[in-house]
Amino acid sequence: MAPPFPWVYTPPAMAREGKNPSPSSPTKPPKPSSPSKFKPKITQSDDLPLEKDLLLRMHDVMVKARCLEERLIAMYKSGHGYFWIGGPGEEAFNTALGLLIKKGEGPAYDYLHFHYRQSATLLAMGEEPLGAIRQMKNTATDPYSGGRNFAGHFAKKAWNVAPVSSPIEVQYSMAPGTAWVQKRFGGDGISIVTGGDAGTAEGDFATCLVWASRPGKEVPLLILVTNNRWGISTPYTDVQGVEKISDRGVAFGMRTKTIDGNDPISAYLELKEAFEYVRTERKPYLVEARVSRLYGHSSASGANFVTNEADCIAQFEDRLIKKGLLTRQSADALRAKYAEELAELARQAKEEPFPEGSTIWEHVFKGEPARDPLATEEG
Amino acid sequence: MANMAQAVRLALHYAEEHLGVTDIFGEDVGPPLGGVFTCTQGLKTTWNSPLDERGIIGMAMGIAMAGGRPVAEIQFCDYIYNTIDLLKLAGNTLWSSNGQWNLPMVVMTPVGSGIRGSIYHSHSFDASATHIPGWKIVMPSTPLDAYGLLLSACQEQNPVLFLIPKALMRIKGEELIPGEPSEDKALSKLIDAPLGDRTQWKAQWPAVQPVSIPLGQAKTVRAGSQLTVVSYGRTLPMCLLAANALASEGVDAEVIDLRTLWPYDWATIKASVAKTGRVLYVNEDTEVTNFGEHLIRRTTDELFYKLLAPPKLLAGKFVPGIGLADTLEAASVPQQSDIHAAMKKLAAMEP
Ligand SMILES: Cc1ncc(C[n+]2csc(CCOP(=O)(O)OP(=O)(O)O)c2C)c(N)n1
Ligand SMILES: [Mg+2]
Repeated sequence: MAPPFPWVYTPPAMAREGKNPSPSSPTKPPKPSSPSKFKPKITQSDDLPLEKDLLLRMHDVMVKARCLEERLIAMYKSGHGYFWIGGPGEEAFNTALGLLIKKGEGPAYDYLHFHYRQSATLLAMGEEPLGAIRQMKNTATDPYSGGRNFAGHFAKKAWNVAPVSSPIEVQYSMAPGTAWVQKRFGGDGISIVTGGDAGTAEGDFATCLVWASRPGKEVPLLILVTNNRWGISTPYTDVQGVEKISDRGVAFGMRTKTIDGNDPISAYLELKEAFEYVRTERKPYLVEARVSRLYGHSSASGANFVTNEADCIAQFEDRLIKKGLLTRQSADALRAKYAEELAELARQAKEEPFPEGSTIWEHVFKGEPARDPLATEEG
Repeated sequence: MANMAQAVRLALHYAEEHLGVTDIFGEDVGPPLGGVFTCTQGLKTTWNSPLDERGIIGMAMGIAMAGGRPVAEIQFCDYIYNTIDLLKLAGNTLWSSNGQWNLPMVVMTPVGSGIRGSIYHSHSFDASATHIPGWKIVMPSTPLDAYGLLLSACQEQNPVLFLIPKALMRIKGEELIPGEPSEDKALSKLIDAPLGDRTQWKAQWPAVQPVSIPLGQAKTVRAGSQLTVVSYGRTLPMCLLAANALASEGVDAEVIDLRTLWPYDWATIKASVAKTGRVLYVNEDTEVTNFGEHLIRRTTDELFYKLLAPPKLLAGKFVPGIGLADTLEAASVPQQSDIHAAMKKLAAMEP
């Protein structure tokens, strides 16, 4: 049987067997990518230096985001979607990020140039999960792309969320443009760009560093890299010689740091400092966050849970329980509640129609009627 | 009379004063040079970019997203190829976001042969550009058209690629741009940057008036009854000269300047070919999967029973480059004599 998605990467072993991993087939967790010699300060301490409300809100969003991704994976595995990619494992960092974003439309607010692992950020910003489910099912009601694009490919103009697109790293070439307008506009709106570690090998990453730091014309751009030490199946150390990706910003005179993205508290505090700098100084900041990848790269590699990488939610829950802010029962109940809610939303989306084929002519050009330009009068 | 470089400059001046253009940028676009072809001298919103074509297109997309109105230049279209997936992305941003994000941006770039530019300053880009949906594609052949079309481009809500034929950059127009001084040389004194030190120089802009040339409208530059020639850019004036010369040999050709490649004015082509029964498409991009091939497909689809002869394409040879020597360039892209011969031959074909 040919793999159902020949355009996505199938690891060689599977390609040889000529089959895509079926949902039930147990996949061995991949060997951990070679560890980094550099370790960001791992906080994960008993100390929880944030307000209780904020801690619980972060936990709530992280759990909801995990449940959303797990529902999307379940939809994929049961044939209710063609492809899954998303952010399980990055909830700590992505939630902290979302809570710090100034949400709105236009240059007074933050512009968001995201990649495909950002669901927790959207949820932290207050997005309803139904849209992601509809996009997974490619229904006409998909609010981001109307059934045109893959899961996790958000686009929401009302919140300055630029369309997530599949080509790796292109968002790093565009982000200095929105930031340039914001520099001129004034105020405290900034641009934020996210992407993975492997993608930083693309020229667009260098473009971003160059254009963000032109002398006297620096732009308010928060440049983020979530380093899970994988590019699909290729370990970071196989292909990149730079120990800390954040070091690449140093040559451009940028502020930089590498942080533990698995700890929501330190991620929040570190990001907050970077946000404040970019908002007020109107200059770029490069932050590399070390994160986990908990369900592999995408559905093309099976989308099965791996047990050999740190799980930010499990770690955070242990700390919250130890501190008496949560009980095991309440944590489990929260997860069960979201799992059920999301299952219900998926049931709803499954009943919704696909877009009509004739809608392909819509939105080719703004302000112009939807029509086949080569249609003849005779038809 | 303005040449095309001056016409582009006048249009950009009008656009930054009246149409909300916020950023005109690219390699060497700002002072002191004002563009390697001088198209951006003396303007208010120009700046020099890093030498990074992908960065230029990405920056234009970002500016457009945030409500600015950029005009970005790629110094030579030969160097636009490494931006092609960003061009694709700009073309699909509205579509992929199901109508949410449009990108009002103009990318202009000099194209084609005719300046002995050898392998990397002679490329065309129209064939590749017309494979990228979501863009409007413009290619003027006169300064006045360049002026009017660029004003339209700067008012578009969608990405526009503005291809400027290098060979025509320094040719003066035959029509005045409204507001342009009529006396020869006067315009140059006002808006051409002096040689040498330019630090104190400022352009003195004549009060040019807008001209409306909507995108998507061809212009019939010569009426004729026996044969239709459709062209754009560098080869268009050659087609007109050939048609005039052939008139004395008893061939009456109609010449259409397409001006916009996407969307293109099929109604004008169709009406003309229905009348003449013979059509020659002429451009200088390489001939395999050339835009003229698409036009031939449409011609046979819709006009087959009106044709008196096979529709023809005269285009660049399918070779990897345009060689520097005169003889090589002449052998690679259509010349006046090639066009003349092709028209004559087509006119003589009988069913
Ligand atoms: C330009 C481009 N090349 C290749 C791909 C296929 N691809 C999709 S994701 C990916 C790996 C990306 O790794 P990284 O940047 O580290 O992000 P991660 O997925 O690990 O978060 C590749 C090669 C692509 N989408 N775009
Ligand atoms: Mg990675």
